Amino acid sequence: MDAFFSLMHGFEVLLTPMNLGYMVLGILFGVLLGFLPGVGGANGIAILLPLTFSMPNTTAIIMLAAIYWGALFGGCIGAILFNIPGEPWSVATTFDGHPLAKQGRAGEALTGSLTSSFIGALAATIVLTFMAPIVADLALDFGPPEFFAVYLLTFCSFIGMGRQSPFKVVCAMMLGFAFASVGTDAVTGGIRLTFGTETLLTGFHFLIAVIGLFGIGEILITVEKGLHFEGRSAKINPYVVWQTWKKLPQYWVTLLRGTLVGIWLGVTPGGATPASFMSYGLAKRFSRNGHKFGTGELEGVLAPETAAHAAGTSAMLPMLTLGIPGSPTAAVLLGGLLIWGLQPGPLLFVEQKDFVWGLIASIYLGNLVGLVIVLSTVPLWASIMRIPFSIIAPIIIVICAIGSYTLSNAPADLIFMVMFGIIGYFFKKLDYPLAPMVLAIVLGSQAESSFRQAMIGSQGDLSVFWSNGLVSTITGLSMLMLFWPLISLGAGKLLQRLRGRRVREIETV
Amino acid sequence: MQEASNEDPLDSAASNRTINIVVAAALMLVAAVVMVSSYRLGAGWEKNLGPESGYFPFYVALLMFVSAGVTLLQHVLARRADGEGSFIGRGELVRVFQMLVPMTIFVVLSIYIGIYISMALFIGFFMVWNGGYSPYKALPLAVLLPIILFVIFEIWFLVPLPKGPVEAWLGY
Repeated sequence: MDAFFSLMHGFEVLLTPMNLGYMVLGILFGVLLGFLPGVGGANGIAILLPLTFSMPNTTAIIMLAAIYWGALFGGCIGAILFNIPGEPWSVATTFDGHPLAKQGRAGEALTGSLTSSFIGALAATIVLTFMAPIVADLALDFGPPEFFAVYLLTFCSFIGMGRQSPFKVVCAMMLGFAFASVGTDAVTGGIRLTFGTETLLTGFHFLIAVIGLFGIGEILITVEKGLHFEGRSAKINPYVVWQTWKKLPQYWVTLLRGTLVGIWLGVTPGGATPASFMSYGLAKRFSRNGHKFGTGELEGVLAPETAAHAAGTSAMLPMLTLGIPGSPTAAVLLGGLLIWGLQPGPLLFVEQKDFVWGLIASIYLGNLVGLVIVLSTVPLWASIMRIPFSIIAPIIIVICAIGSYTLSNAPADLIFMVMFGIIGYFFKKLDYPLAPMVLAIVLGSQAESSFRQAMIGSQGDLSVFWSNGLVSTITGLSMLMLFWPLISLGAGKLLQRLRGRRVREIETV
Repeated sequence: MQEASNEDPLDSAASNRTINIVVAAALMLVAAVVMVSSYRLGAGWEKNLGPESGYFPFYVALLMFVSAGVTLLQHVLARRADGEGSFIGRGELVRVFQMLVPMTIFVVLSIYIGIYISMALFIGFFMVWNGGYSPYKALPLAVLLPIILFVIFEIWFLVPLPKGPVEAWLGY
């Protein structure tokens, strides 16, 4: 019940005209970023972060989080109407969403996807509300070994859960850690990896990496494809909305499955994109209409959208309670917290009650307001999307450049932005995952500090990571995740051999 | 995605295999540089202070070197060169450079002559050259956008952006 009262207090914090105003502004901005290819939640928030330095912390986080919800909603508009996913997590929405739009049922697809997003987000927020205080409470006992074990679990999960080659995941991740090490050593204050230049003394700011990897890299990939927009008209009216809502209850299994997949992959750092694909795949396999998926099934729109939104929202849980973001966008929000001087982690729930609960309350309201706003303004967004890419693209680049420069007024950051853009382009095309790299840049110095503190505490004895039940469990899980590709390969081979033997037995009989 | 499909799919500028090998080799090189630099700094155990500054980056780079090496070998040993498909077609390569070159020039120019003039040039140039608009259509946007952004950043939010001689002449 404590959580409930805290939540009520959160609504009190939220319901001031200024906080509400910035929340709506954030949602509108987020939708715009969400459906434009090339800018998304992560780099949109990164670009706007410097503008929030003068705001109160709570207002700033409410606005930035609202951008995230807006971007999650906005991704599906382009995916359904134009077959152009504005965000990676809307790719799975195009499979059935665009065919529906081609049949003239765009309104149905949009209503379905937006509503199921809302359902996924709501369920995840409820989990967040009641689980976060418990996890934060547990984490109050964490020392450096426990924290390092959690970092280890986070990064090993990328190896175990990623669909990319594990070697490429390790490469991308370690490159991120290397970028994070450049500059001043957080423990001893020494200078390292600057190669004698002054520019590198302050290291690479991870927001520059986010803007470059996701913004510039995405633009390069988009121009390479030579996009031309071929939109379907978006007729959406209260009657269509009502008719679609009446159909939704019969898909409750899909919605529930999507929510569970989403919450799981959001809390463990899988993020919204794998969640949407996994949910779509599961729905296709288990649904009675699975064979019709890809030709315009409403269920095929509901499945990925529910999961994406549930994952995006539940990514806030580890971010707030442990200081470990479950997705790149949550990582950028975490960066914001650090810049405002707040230390994310369990103490946040003790020392910054207004901040935490105001934010959680804003997730409830933000998603509801987002749903209403997006449903009623779809035609407006669709018309913006008809602006040719040769006008949009340079504007997006200009905005990215402004965002990079304003972070620390360093001209070199502009060059780094282009450099990260080129890395992002190659990595994305060659299936090197960007999410673990970004997380490594964000968490690098903290992961290193907790490792070194644990080592100093134990005088270099690695067994400190097995010293008690809690830390051993987390370390054990990490090892399971790390070797998961090998384990599943072995299990697959074993299964194959068993099957083979059975076939032979049958043949000999 | 809607792709411009009138290009010959066989007209590949580079195969995925080649680029994979090049990128993996580049990553190995970066890892080697980091390893050498960290090792010189000290990658061992300092008495009472714990691991030295170079310890963490050294092992990070070592892991990166090994996994990039495995990736490199995987692609070198792949049997069929064309089995991995094309990384980029010739037409696509041209389009990427049509974006990358003006973008790089824009970024470098902003450092020297200020971001506002550079963005006007960049947007105007890109619309005319890449979008095929007549200069008369590109001009209003190329002039208006910098002015709007100038008002938002320099006057409203008081966030300074890179400025050059023209802004100085105007008194900013």
